[in-house]
Amino acid sequence: MIQVLFHLFAAILVLAALGVITARNPVYSALALVMCFITSAAIWLLIEAEFLAVVLVLVYVGAVMVLFLFVVMMLDINLAELRRGFTRFAWLGWLTALAVIVEIAGVVWARGGLGVDAAHGALPEPAGYSNTAELGGVLYTRYAYPLELAAVLLLVAIVAAIALTMRRRAGLKVQDISRQVAVRREDRVRIVKMDAEKRP
Amino acid sequence: MISLAQLLTLSAILFSLSVAGIFLNRKNVILLLMCVELLLLAANFNFIAFSRYLNDINGQVFVFFILTVAAAESAIGLAILVVLFRERRSINVEDLNTLKG
Repeated sequence: MIQVLFHLFAAILVLAALGVITARNPVYSALALVMCFITSAAIWLLIEAEFLAVVLVLVYVGAVMVLFLFVVMMLDINLAELRRGFTRFAWLGWLTALAVIVEIAGVVWARGGLGVDAAHGALPEPAGYSNTAELGGVLYTRYAYPLELAAVLLLVAIVAAIALTMRRRAGLKVQDISRQVAVRREDRVRIVKMDAEKRP
Repeated sequence: MISLAQLLTLSAILFSLSVAGIFLNRKNVILLLMCVELLLLAANFNFIAFSRYLNDINGQVFVFFILTVAAAESAIGLAILVVLFRERRSINVEDLNTLKG
């Protein structure tokens, strides 16, 4: 059963990846990439890496791909210009892809074991085993320092993204709250003394 | 059960498809970023597969950090893309010739 599911998901994954690289419209590419991530999460669930599968769906499908879709839809792109010369280096691309597949698959299937008992699959985890608990145990002890570095990295990324895309346009009418609060009576009110005028 | 060789072959196919995608969509910066995401996903497949088959949780910790870095990378990449589009009205890689590299 697991074999059948694995082959089904692998086929979907490869088709979705093909969709990502050949779709005419970047929106369709982004949606195919979402499909890739969801199918990958399913395969990771099959090999009992539950926490990362959930994180992949939450972080990638929930945040990163939404950001991609947002940018793709926000920009007004001239697709015809970008598609020009699409097939010019296609043969080189497919050749490289074929070479990579043949090399890696050749090594993997020829070496057989790779030093692991590769043919029989991983040992199933015992009942009551929690992938999240084990990962968390390592993450907050041995990898506590790298974890904090990753947090700082994300903070820097937020600051950089905002600083890059923020712009101030000249002549824009905005309120300056501190000046509004600090204003005094003398700044605004002017008392003018003048004689009364006779009605014509 | 799924064997290690099957998983590694799947990740090799995924990796090579994204390399081919970089060749095919070499003008479109958004597609290039998406292909890089796919490439990192293929690398994560290898990490998780070996982590499970060697019974070593450290591989999965690495995948966690790769996901973090990839998220930061795509956020900054898209920010640069937006600024670029604002300046040039185009996201064609061939228009990025200010440095005359």
